[in-house]
Amino acid sequence: MELLEIKDLSKKYENKYALKNINLKLSSGKIIGLLGKNGAGKSTLIKLINDLLTPTDGEILIKGNKVGVESKKIISYLPERTYLNKQMRVNEVLNYFEDFYDDFDIQKAKRLLKDLDLDDNQKLSKMSKGMQEKVQLVLVMSRNADLYILDEPLGGVDPATRDYILDTILSNFNENASVIISTHLISDIERILDEVVFIDKGEIALQSDTDELREKENASIDEIFRRMFKC
Amino acid sequence: MELTFENNIPIYIQLLDYLKIYLISGVFKPGEKLPSVREFATTFKVNPNTMQKALSELENKNLIYTERTNGKYVTNNKELIEKLKDEYAVTLAKSYFQGMKRIGLGKAESIKYLEGIDE
Repeated sequence: MELLEIKDLSKKYENKYALKNINLKLSSGKIIGLLGKNGAGKSTLIKLINDLLTPTDGEILIKGNKVGVESKKIISYLPERTYLNKQMRVNEVLNYFEDFYDDFDIQKAKRLLKDLDLDDNQKLSKMSKGMQEKVQLVLVMSRNADLYILDEPLGGVDPATRDYILDTILSNFNENASVIISTHLISDIERILDEVVFIDKGEIALQSDTDELREKENASIDEIFRRMFKC
Repeated sequence: MELTFENNIPIYIQLLDYLKIYLISGVFKPGEKLPSVREFATTFKVNPNTMQKALSELENKNLIYTERTNGKYVTNNKELIEKLKDEYAVTLAKSYFQGMKRIGLGKAESIKYLEGIDE
């Protein structure tokens, strides 16, 4: 059974299609890049998979079941914008996650925070934007989920932290789980991807194994993407 | 062993190249047990699936083999490793001559340049 199956999915805002006729199958044990320009429909697709929006047409199945309460238990989602209460201290957020998610590994979260030199006594509001993003990523990667969905995880972080984040993603995903990473920063991330999905104007323009695509086009994914969607 | 990768060449091919050098130079010796796919992937900071693909290619060339429950080992066939070394050396030499040809130098002249270089 596929981990994620999307059938004839469309999402319309008023009269405009944000997503049109999306069909996609993803299996376990893969890191998938969801790549597209700003406004291509990446975040809409991710919100639909997370049951935060209702499709206009079509359906999304997670392990064969429609998205809903059950799928939320097995999807660990990093949204584009934080939803955490900034008045909380990091250790309070950890406890909150432990109460809320059965699959949250608090020891692992503490270890990762320590690796990143983050003080778990600090209030989120006292942290820089980059530090807050790191905390959020640690929370998401410390769940033992079946599917991790990271919406623009590299947005505001420096190159050294970006490398640490990629390593964290690599070393924390296992053969039973998959990771979907949405980004427009392709060159930073392409080396860790098994598969890429190009999304443009609400439609899937291409889905391929990453190395096969490099071999076929004799170019980097970033380069191929630029060629396809030249402004 | 931190490796760097070019984004315009399939990662598994670059990994395969690094692994061949390790076999040729004896970082991994004939008969020696190799790290697991997972360990390799963590050390090299690559996707485990990509690592697996590179190791499968080595296995197809009989340079490594899998013992069903024990993991992967370097071949005991030293001749195969020697042959690999020879092939690799030829490739390097060819690319040197190609580079020299591009700037208008023939084989004999190119060899003179080689002889003039202290290691």
